[in-house]
Amino acid sequence: MLDVTVNSIEMNTRSSASAEPLLVAANLGKSYGRLAACRDVSFGLYSGEVLAIVGESGSGKSTLLQMLSAQLAPTSGRVSYRMRDGVTRDLATMGEAERRFLFRTDWGFVHQDPAMGLRMAVSAGANVGERLMAVGQNHYGKIRDTATSWLERVEISPERIDDAPRTYSGGMRQRLQIARNLVTEPRLVFMDEPTGGLDVSVQARLLDMMRTLVSELGLSAIVVTHDLAVARLLSHRVMVMQGGRVIETGLTDQVLDDPREPYTQLLVSSILPA
Amino acid sequence: MIPMIDIRNAEKTFVMHLQDGIRLPVVRNVSFHVAPGECVVLSGPSGAGKSSILKMIFGNYRCDGGTIGVRHNGDVIDIATAEPREILGVRRDTIGYVSQFLRAVPRVAAIDVVAEPLLAAGVTREEARARAGALLKRLNIPERLWKLPPSTFSGGEQQRVNIARGFISDLPILLLDEPTASLDAANRAVVVELVAEKKRAGVAMVAIVHDDEVRHLIADRLVDVASFAAAA
Repeated sequence: MLDVTVNSIEMNTRSSASAEPLLVAANLGKSYGRLAACRDVSFGLYSGEVLAIVGESGSGKSTLLQMLSAQLAPTSGRVSYRMRDGVTRDLATMGEAERRFLFRTDWGFVHQDPAMGLRMAVSAGANVGERLMAVGQNHYGKIRDTATSWLERVEISPERIDDAPRTYSGGMRQRLQIARNLVTEPRLVFMDEPTGGLDVSVQARLLDMMRTLVSELGLSAIVVTHDLAVARLLSHRVMVMQGGRVIETGLTDQVLDDPREPYTQLLVSSILPA
Repeated sequence: MIPMIDIRNAEKTFVMHLQDGIRLPVVRNVSFHVAPGECVVLSGPSGAGKSSILKMIFGNYRCDGGTIGVRHNGDVIDIATAEPREILGVRRDTIGYVSQFLRAVPRVAAIDVVAEPLLAAGVTREEARARAGALLKRLNIPERLWKLPPSTFSGGEQQRVNIARGFISDLPILLLDEPTASLDAANRAVVVELVAEKKRAGVAMVAIVHDDEVRHLIADRLVDVASFAAAA
């Protein structure tokens, strides 16, 4: 059982205090012919900060996430990232090998569908251990120990370490995907609808666990979600997207409690009271 | 004495786009200051904008005009124009907020809800839990409840957990939104004592209190919010 103590996400500026943002998006845009999926997005993400990107289907939030995580080349603008050595690099100028290395080590990506982020036919232990081997660890016993402790952290019984995730429930798969991502101690995690498709009770447990991990590890994260409750629980800041543009941005509780734009007011007022 | 909070000509209007863009002016020309060790109570009828002013100071509501100066780590920061990360810093190091209702998080034990601001401030888990326990005890929350998530508690118990969470930290500014609303006489007296202790520690407080007796006991000064009415 995890010792859950963190009740609200605090900015973990102590872990790696820096005046420089970790990731900067500058005038980012993506067009498909005449269709602009994403237009003129600019922001800076600081160390320890969790940013939620909210909006409905088709608002451009997933396109934006793909550009930010170097999986999709922007039509205009650029994304820069401050590497572990302190040098800020433009993602577009990095070679494919460098980008892949970043993806395997300093970044995590949590997909909505765990099957996209896991290898479903190999054991849970191997799913977690694979990322460690990618960063050069080769001692089988140590890898297994680390994998075991990560399974415990995400509340999966170590007895299930040799089972393949296809035998897991949806919530367990999602927790395993999170463990696989966090085992290399990334500084930045991208999450695409991390609680989508899960039962409400399973969502609550997952959210609570993610809050704790993000806060304890001082992670930076960019979370795409259409669920404002997820944004409220996990993020410090939100960007509201509509029609490919960012229409409102600010402190999460400020945007949700005092929304200014018509579309944001509509989103907030559309939540059914529990 | 240099004020901890210095509000000048702050104003707030809600624009309801879903109701044909109707404009609801809440307050304007809000100007007052709060010194260290002072408790200023906002008075005025329901709907005058008292809670809105507290939320503006906390950065929860946007401020449409004027300035909200707050002393933060030796500097003065204007909450009305501060960046989100600056406001988060102010909330971590300077301003605490005791809301009327506890926003309960599933699965988190009451004692950890209370201890959490201390952990965030770098206090060890052991000490944070010990201080949280002492405060819960003072507020008459029985020890057998400490390990349970407060979502299952009664309204009054939840409010006391919320008060403990607000009062546990050593922040120099506290905003109190009806801290005694659903408490019995004994627990109201505890809150009055807690406020007095914070004053002695030099904490600047802004409070909304409807109970006349409690208001009389904690207020150093009243600020009449009706004078900030923003009649359109």
